[in-house]
Amino acid sequence: MGKIQLSQVRKSFGDVDVIPGIDLAIEDGEFVVFVGPSGCGKSTLLRLIAGLEDTTSGTIAIDGKDATHLPPAKRGLAMVFQSYALYPHMTVRKNIAFPLKMAGMSDAEQAARVERAAKVLNLDSYLDRRPGQLSGGQRQRVAIGRAIVREPSAFLFDEPLSNLDAALRVGMRQEITELHQSLKTTMIYVTHDQVEAMTMADKIVVLNAGRVEQVGSPLELYHSPRNLFVAGFIGSPKMNFLEGAEAARHNAATVGVRPEHIDIVDGGPWQGTVGLTEHLGSDTFLKVTLDTGETVNVRASGEVGLHHGDRITLAPQAGKIHRFGADGKALA
Amino acid sequence: MARAASPRRTLLTTLAAWSVALVIFFPVLWMILTSFKTEASAVAMPPEFLSADWTLENYETVWSRSDYPRFFWNSVVISVGSTLLGLAIAIPAAWSMAFVPGKRTKDLLMWMLSTKMMPAVAVLIPLYLVFQRIGLFDTKLGLILALMLMNLPIIIWMLYTYFKEIPGEILEAARMDGASLWNEIVYVLTPMALPGIASTMLLNIILAWNEAFWTITLTTTKAAPLSAFIASFSAPQGLFYAKLSAASAMAILPILILGWFSQKQLVRGLTFGAVK
Amino acid sequence: MSTQSTRLAARLMVAPSVFVLFIWMIVPLAMTLYFSFRFFRLLTPERSGWVGFTHYLWFLNAPDFWLALFNTLALVGGVLVITVILGVLIALLIDQPVKGQGMLRILVIAPFFVMPPVAASIWENLFMHPQNGLFSAIARGFGQQPILFLENYPLMSVIGIVSWEWLPFATLIFLTALQSLSSEQLEAAEMDGASPLNRFRYIILPHLTRAITVVILIQTIFLLGIFGEIFTTTQGGPGSASTTLPYMIFKQAIVAKDIGRAAAGGIIAVILANIVAYFLMRGIGRHLDN
Repeated sequence: MGKIQLSQVRKSFGDVDVIPGIDLAIEDGEFVVFVGPSGCGKSTLLRLIAGLEDTTSGTIAIDGKDATHLPPAKRGLAMVFQSYALYPHMTVRKNIAFPLKMAGMSDAEQAARVERAAKVLNLDSYLDRRPGQLSGGQRQRVAIGRAIVREPSAFLFDEPLSNLDAALRVGMRQEITELHQSLKTTMIYVTHDQVEAMTMADKIVVLNAGRVEQVGSPLELYHSPRNLFVAGFIGSPKMNFLEGAEAARHNAATVGVRPEHIDIVDGGPWQGTVGLTEHLGSDTFLKVTLDTGETVNVRASGEVGLHHGDRITLAPQAGKIHRFGADGKALA
Repeated sequence: MARAASPRRTLLTTLAAWSVALVIFFPVLWMILTSFKTEASAVAMPPEFLSADWTLENYETVWSRSDYPRFFWNSVVISVGSTLLGLAIAIPAAWSMAFVPGKRTKDLLMWMLSTKMMPAVAVLIPLYLVFQRIGLFDTKLGLILALMLMNLPIIIWMLYTYFKEIPGEILEAARMDGASLWNEIVYVLTPMALPGIASTMLLNIILAWNEAFWTITLTTTKAAPLSAFIASFSAPQGLFYAKLSAASAMAILPILILGWFSQKQLVRGLTFGAVK
Repeated sequence: MSTQSTRLAARLMVAPSVFVLFIWMIVPLAMTLYFSFRFFRLLTPERSGWVGFTHYLWFLNAPDFWLALFNTLALVGGVLVITVILGVLIALLIDQPVKGQGMLRILVIAPFFVMPPVAASIWENLFMHPQNGLFSAIARGFGQQPILFLENYPLMSVIGIVSWEWLPFATLIFLTALQSLSSEQLEAAEMDGASPLNRFRYIILPHLTRAITVVILIQTIFLLGIFGEIFTTTQGGPGSASTTLPYMIFKQAIVAKDIGRAAAGGIIAVILANIVAYFLMRGIGRHLDN
């Protein structure tokens, strides 16, 4: 079980409202990702759920029971920290067994559980090493191991992959997703990386300045962002925004088109000059300066024989144009 | 910032550096040499270096005829006792200030340090009277308390700087793992900070061992440690150079050896982490 | 960044330290303040009563007081100047590529671990003694009269002894600070055409500022209370030539057994220390942040 319900949760440090008031329901077994730029309050929100910080007001309920004032240890949650927070003076075995020892479990039971977790995470051969002798990925796995032995009702991850190099990050990302599929336990995952959010989440919560901008599945957010912030934050490369005449033509203050939704065709409505080109083989990214003076990024699939200075015409795909009002909200 | 240099230059700087070092060390060396001379040889004019009569007699005399062992034991009990007691009070305090800092933490630390600036003589009489009234005068317990309080600000400061280097996330992880505050300190913080705690301990034993105000003024005979012993020994000077030197050597050698082991931590410790 | 319960626990855990330090400071201070306005001599315990500011006036009118005040500041200032300048120079020397640096450090730090009474008695008896001291032997070797250090230059002698004790501390701190200076900075300065003197002035000295500040702070704390060295060597004499404020108070209390008067001196010393502390803390607080 791992249903977490936030009601009007507010957090302020002194006069500063870090989180002005959030309502959020996380269902049992869901993989929820909190995503947003740094300083948006996503880590604070996670720490509130963990019990490492007090809420200023509002309630947090876990499995229907009010947990707002419970200490972290009593909430039945496990957390994986950004720095892994392994105990450097303990072996991997002792690290993983620590929460069990604190719970007063018998030695035999501890050993059995550690054994099981180590098998799941391929840590069998490292059990007697210390964290200092492990690679980043292995440390990450130990931190996860320490979390899963307790069989918590939900896992909390605080930017767990940000200290790993790019290649390792992709691998760990898949491992965590697979872990979720096999454990089917609620996971709450905080990241600033929208790619991680898109690839891992059942449900994404986009946060900005302590407010929830939008909650939805990855594709919901991709296809129908509720406002300019979400539109710009989700998707890579970023969505192009155009104002002025082009926007007016669609009866909007701003229109947005994703780079992958712009075709290079003869006789398209937009004329421009190719600036920077990046040839990746599978895709080609073009930076095009339109004659109106605005710049758009275009993602063309495959190899495209265009270079700096070439004149081209572009056409946005029909039905893929997002319209936004003057308040930044999406227009229906 | 050591850089490669020509062998000639290295030779010159080595010579210069060793000369300076020997000049600084010479008084200690001369004292140790004197302690192995006969009394006559110790005061011979011109001074005798290699031609002196060497003997171990001074050490024997000091050891057997004076109460040296008692003074030595008092020194050990007082310096170790005050340090351990200080650590017991300081570890929780340093935990608080390092991991749950508030707006006033810095002021609190500065205030603690400022208590060390209070001239000891200013409070000598009241303390003397209070100690006599409550029966702590000339007792080891009294000196343990006095030296503990004297060094407490330094102990707290040192621990604070060591604790600051431990990431708070690890303690939070322990909290998530179900550790109580006590378990968090015993199983996670203390083992992680052990090197820092050890050097704090070492440095404070040294400071307590060498303390020479309270140890002289708050004792007469029973609880007097080596510092008081030496201060009293120096009174009948002149004829006892060799024995005085032997007694001095025996008073400083334990701490000299401890100090040599801890010199790297000493810098960090006494500068409260400001110089590493 | 924590919960209310951890903050509460933190307050409880810092409380014992604050409490004992507060008691350690306030009780003797309050008693001293009380005594300083009372007639209180151990030799005539039957006489007592309030005397107002008499003791304070006695101190301020005693010629010895101003001398003691001067001596105290001269001792602190003199030792600071000597240890900082010599400390920087020696640290620069040892930081050069030299053979046996580890052993050098051990030799240089040794005096710091010598307890004050021992340090004082080594210098007094083995070096400065007019008949048997090494210095007098050297002087006679050159056909000169031995210098009567403790008789003719008592304050200078005490400053010398205390400097010897604290020089290692300063040197070691400067050495540590120097070793954290990146050689790339110096090489860049060399490439930029800076002479060795300029490299010292513009690169090394600024790098040492923090270390120098710390040395001044720590040493001042300990130097203001210098006692053992004077007690063992000059006993404040001859006359009052090497009497510092702490020693003057000590004499009133222990030799003259005039507790009231000593207490007034104690309060004056506390005020003086607070003035020094105020300026130090302000200067240091800035440097110790971050």
